[in-house]
Amino acid sequence: MEKSIRKYWPIFVLPTLVAFIIGFIWPFIWGIYLSFHKFTTVSKTTFVGLSNYLQVFKDASFLHAFGFTTAFTIVSTVLINVFAFTIALALTRGIRGTSLFRTIFFMPNLIGGILLGYIWQILLNGILSNLQKPLLALDARYGFIGLIILMCWQQIGYMMIIYVAGLQSVPGDLIEAAKIDGASTWQILLKVKLPMVMSSITICTFLTLTNSFKLFDQNLALTAGEPANSSEMLALNIYNTFYGRSGAQWKGIGQAKAVVFFLVVVVISLVQLNFTRSKEVQQ
Amino acid sequence: MFKSNKRVNTLLSLLMAVLCLVWIYPILLILLNSLKVEGTFTTSTVFQLPNASNFAGFGNYTYGVTKMNFLSSFGYSLVITVTSVFLILLCCSMCGWYLVRVHSLLSKAMNMLCVFSMVVPFQMVMFTLSKTADRLRLNNPFNICIIYLGFGAGLAVFMFTGFMKSVPIEIEEAAMIDGCNPLQIFFRVVFPILKPTMISTAILETMWVWNDYLLPTLVLDIKKYRTVPMAIQYFRGGYGRVDLAPMMACIIIAIVPIIILYVACQKYIIEGVVAGAVKG
Repeated sequence: MEKSIRKYWPIFVLPTLVAFIIGFIWPFIWGIYLSFHKFTTVSKTTFVGLSNYLQVFKDASFLHAFGFTTAFTIVSTVLINVFAFTIALALTRGIRGTSLFRTIFFMPNLIGGILLGYIWQILLNGILSNLQKPLLALDARYGFIGLIILMCWQQIGYMMIIYVAGLQSVPGDLIEAAKIDGASTWQILLKVKLPMVMSSITICTFLTLTNSFKLFDQNLALTAGEPANSSEMLALNIYNTFYGRSGAQWKGIGQAKAVVFFLVVVVISLVQLNFTRSKEVQQ
Repeated sequence: MFKSNKRVNTLLSLLMAVLCLVWIYPILLILLNSLKVEGTFTTSTVFQLPNASNFAGFGNYTYGVTKMNFLSSFGYSLVITVTSVFLILLCCSMCGWYLVRVHSLLSKAMNMLCVFSMVVPFQMVMFTLSKTADRLRLNNPFNICIIYLGFGAGLAVFMFTGFMKSVPIEIEEAAMIDGCNPLQIFFRVVFPILKPTMISTAILETMWVWNDYLLPTLVLDIKKYRTVPMAIQYFRGGYGRVDLAPMMACIIIAIVPIIILYVACQKYIIEGVVAGAVKG
């Protein structure tokens, strides 16, 4: 059977493979190549070795964006997961209105990042101006808080759905056995439920971590990096290096930044997966 | 004990209801302000309800739609989403089946690459991808689906291979003995089995393509073609005054169909998210 299917690879695999090469593999390899070059148009490139990479680490805006993104990622990952898990616990008790609540909490995920950014910009600027505080685009602190609030509003519903599925798959007899042994509600939560949903926690932290780190649309729409690039995150910083700056050197540096960004994302993903996977238990 | 539990549940129900109101409020705020006459509100008075003196009816909606040519944006977004998702489902389901059933070097390499492509941030390839798209004339709403197929293949193939691994091979072997060729086996036997995964994948990919901003911005010519997120961003793009009320009207127009779709098939959406997460 395998043999006869194998011959059909031009029909089954080739279309995807060709699109994959056009849309991903070729741009990826070309991108790495260009990161060692100086260019304004892709037809005229000069090899500059590692100088683009050295420039990246001298660029203060990049380092600032790195710090901003890291802080944002840590805060949002913790907040989103804690809230999502808490809401998931509340919604697995069989309280009235569970399915309606679930529907509403999930809804923001269907709206695109750009739209979300503008919705919250209007709302947050309204609140800030009523409190006589500077607007979002004038103070990076509020930009940071605004992004956190926006990200929580969007992602809590998504993660909550995953946690609910995880909690529902915890076998009821395990909880019953713990109850008979005299475990309190807290003990059941910490010693039974939490270890059993560890795989959900792995997935959710992975998703929130990478989503936050790679955030672009929301950042662009909510603050656009204002004031003076101080609320700029890495993805936006790379975009601005490419398309917002004139000068022959910037495109190469932008590409080098992108490679660094990619490597950081890979490292974070691997470390996180290994860390939480090691805490998972077999059901 | 039982009674106190009941009271806790009622209290939780109330708390969740309040939280839900908070969750809906931002959209409600935009809806209310989209009904006000442009210029009659400032950043600090957005919280006031529209009253008789500044109620604009659907004025902002017609203005936003005609001035920004919003309906054509809507059409482009629709064309791109439908063609891309269709292509992704068809090609990736075929590819996923092949990768599970045939153990060759090609299969192994494809599997590895698919997982790898899901981790790579878009910024890594955005510049070179837009150049490639220009060169291959994939820079219009009718061909951009090829790029979406390339960039969305990772997740889709991963979903399909994940599901295929649990499907017994015996049915397909029986079909083969009955004289089916691999194409017939796939479309008559495997395709129907894949239906639940198709729906989950379709939903995940639709959510991505419909809301995607950066890829179409870089690939399409913004003067000719604007998708919905691009149109909204375009309101703010130029310097000078922003027509805030028509922009809000357009945001509402962009949101409403998604919410209707969501309410209509939320069961599948939520299942799709869970399925995607478990495999991811």
